[in-house]
Amino acid sequence: MKTWVYIDHFKGEAVPASWETIGAAKSLGSDVTAVILGTGVDALAKAAFEYGADEVVLADNSALEDFRVEAYANALSPLVTDAAPGLLLFPTTSRGRELAGMVAIDLNTGVLVDVIAMELDGDKVVATRPIYAGKLLQKTVCNASPQIITVRGRIFAKPEAEPGRSGTLTKVDVNVGDAPTTVEGYGESTGGVSLADAGVIVSGGRGVSNNPNLTPPDGMSDDEAEVWRAQQGFALITDLAGVLNAAVGASRAAVDANYIPYANQVGQTGKVVSPDLYIANGISGAIQHLAGMRNSKVIVAINKDPDAPIFKMARYGVVGDLHEIVPALTVAMKAKLGK
Amino acid sequence: MKIVVCVKQVPDSAANLVAENGVASWGDAPLVINPWDEYAVEAALNMGGDVTVVSMGDENAKEALKHALAMGCQEAILVSDPALANVDTQGAAKALAAAIEKIGDVKMAFFGRQAIDGDAGITPAQTARVLGWPALTFTASIAVDGDSVKVERSVEEGRQTVSANLPAVFSIVKDYGEPRYPSFMGIRKASKAEIPLWGLTDLGIEAPASVVEWPELNNPPAKDVSVEIIEGGSPTEIAEKLADKIMAEKIL
Ligand SMILES: Cc1cc2nc3c(=O)[nH]c(=O)nc-3n(C[C@H](O)[C@H](O)[C@H](O)COP(=O)(O)OP(=O)(O)OC[C@H]3O[C@@H](n4cnc5c(N)ncnc54)[C@H](O)[C@@H]3O)c2cc1C
Ligand SMILES: Cc1cc2nc3c(=O)[nH]c(=O)nc-3n(C[C@H](O)[C@H](O)[C@H](O)COP(=O)(O)OP(=O)(O)OC[C@H]3O[C@@H](n4cnc5c(N)ncnc54)[C@H](O)[C@@H]3O)c2cc1C
Repeated sequence: MKTWVYIDHFKGEAVPASWETIGAAKSLGSDVTAVILGTGVDALAKAAFEYGADEVVLADNSALEDFRVEAYANALSPLVTDAAPGLLLFPTTSRGRELAGMVAIDLNTGVLVDVIAMELDGDKVVATRPIYAGKLLQKTVCNASPQIITVRGRIFAKPEAEPGRSGTLTKVDVNVGDAPTTVEGYGESTGGVSLADAGVIVSGGRGVSNNPNLTPPDGMSDDEAEVWRAQQGFALITDLAGVLNAAVGASRAAVDANYIPYANQVGQTGKVVSPDLYIANGISGAIQHLAGMRNSKVIVAINKDPDAPIFKMARYGVVGDLHEIVPALTVAMKAKLGK
Repeated sequence: MKIVVCVKQVPDSAANLVAENGVASWGDAPLVINPWDEYAVEAALNMGGDVTVVSMGDENAKEALKHALAMGCQEAILVSDPALANVDTQGAAKALAAAIEKIGDVKMAFFGRQAIDGDAGITPAQTARVLGWPALTFTASIAVDGDSVKVERSVEEGRQTVSANLPAVFSIVKDYGEPRYPSFMGIRKASKAEIPLWGLTDLGIEAPASVVEWPELNNPPAKDVSVEIIEGGSPTEIAEKLADKIMAEKIL
């Protein structure tokens, strides 16, 4: 089946899930055409070949400099109509999701969103996707063409890049038409490793502020003192994350108490993540938090309450005070990793 | 200026979901307004116009509508038709777009970021596409100036400022600010509200063809983990043992 994979990127930098999606498409046994939209994105075409694309369709247009979903959909839908692939895959990023959704409206077809497994039944893809935040799994199919699917990141293996591998590159003109939004600019990026792409996540919960040994500076209200304590606690977590090249996560309780920004929240109403290693510190393991991290390969829980539900999910647990264990773990990991 | 907010009725986020004979069951956990949609209602109410809340679903969805009324929305409409019972997201988008058009003169249509049952997160963008309106999704702040609007979006890479003209579709994220609680007066008013029901004939559309099917529902494979508690005489000793275990997993 003719398969197209949309390469999602931010300002010319591909998200790793784009390459994983090429791998996912290849695992269905089809030749893969990568489709790349943007401005000055030739380097992405080269990378797409190296990650396994057999063909690349590339539209370079100044109106595509910033990702604007309407502009991208205006460009992409006619290309898909002309080439008529049976399958059109996107990585599940917020851009990928919405672009897939709009193209589905344009082409009168459907989207299977955030898929974690695919198998072929003739020319039909039977996809598995988590619903209710992963509490259930659903098998789903799309009975129109193209079948549009968005593939969850960090589920399918990223293909090994083969330097120098190449294929057929087709540059196409697109008509971006009326795109009703203007990107005015970007705020400061938060820096650090992004939760979505992270192989390792070190998270903190309400317990991070619970260190009675610390004396906050004079004149702080109780709330301020709690946040101050939490910041000292999150500094320990950030140190460990630094050694492990990890992203920092948090529970909603930590976010709601202003310990850390919402962008770091893991869970049903935060980010759903699936790192290889998830270290939960001072997190009780509420169902909404578990929903966001249960697919992590190895879960480590550090909590002073032996009955905390998080231990039911964890492979390794430490019953103890995170303010003692985390710094010790940072030292130990540093030594093991030769840092 | 007319404002619409779309809300969905979903099982409570704390519900324990199980697949029983291919059907999702959540025991006696309550159905509630989708938590993300409370943020959308909050944003809609802050725009200073008349807010109509719309839900597509069966009679149960009236509870979500009443919650939004109690928060302060002026009117509620239940979009309900047997032919809409199991529509896919495209179908939902078409029905919601038709309702927005029928309400008429709508400048802003608000959505939650994602429904915590279906989890697709694409209905706002799809509804915008059907309407031909800009999709200002993942919005954390909104500034309206006449017919133009500027929003800050929370995207993976940080904050993005985007401007567009109204009418537009918005989806609201948590950074927008905490939703208000329903007031006592609001709850009383909502309990007495008459909620009109719009079927396909009222919407003036054919039944949307639903091309996505979900024939099978399963429980996730039971996670076979029993936790190994790492013990030791001192934090250093425990950390040393734990570090060895982590290294032995060969994941770093
Ligand atoms: C609609 C809805 C959506 C939600 N979405 C999310 C979500 O996306 N993500 C999320 O996380 N939550 C979510 N929640 C909230 C969730 O129900 C919990 O309230 C929250 O996860 C609790 O966070 P916590 O584990 O940090 O805090 P707590 O439950 O208070 O747990 C703190 C833990 O820290 C331990 N502790 C205390 N001091 C120490 C110490 N010194 N050393 C070690 N351990 C210590 C305690 O034993 C305890 O287990 C949601 C709730 C609702 C209703
Ligand atoms: C268990 C289950 C599985 C499903 N699986 C699929 C599937 O795989 N593919 C598919 O195409 N459809 C599926 N559906 C149908 C889909 O849920 C509905 O079409 C739904 O209305 C839109 O999708 P969503 O719930 O994922 O919403 P999202 O796209 O996540 O919703 C985003 C926002 O859109 C608004 N919104 C969504 N639905 C409604 C509504 N009914 N009334 C008012 N506002 C609404 C809300 O503001 C919401 O916050 C499924 C439904 C259920 C209950």
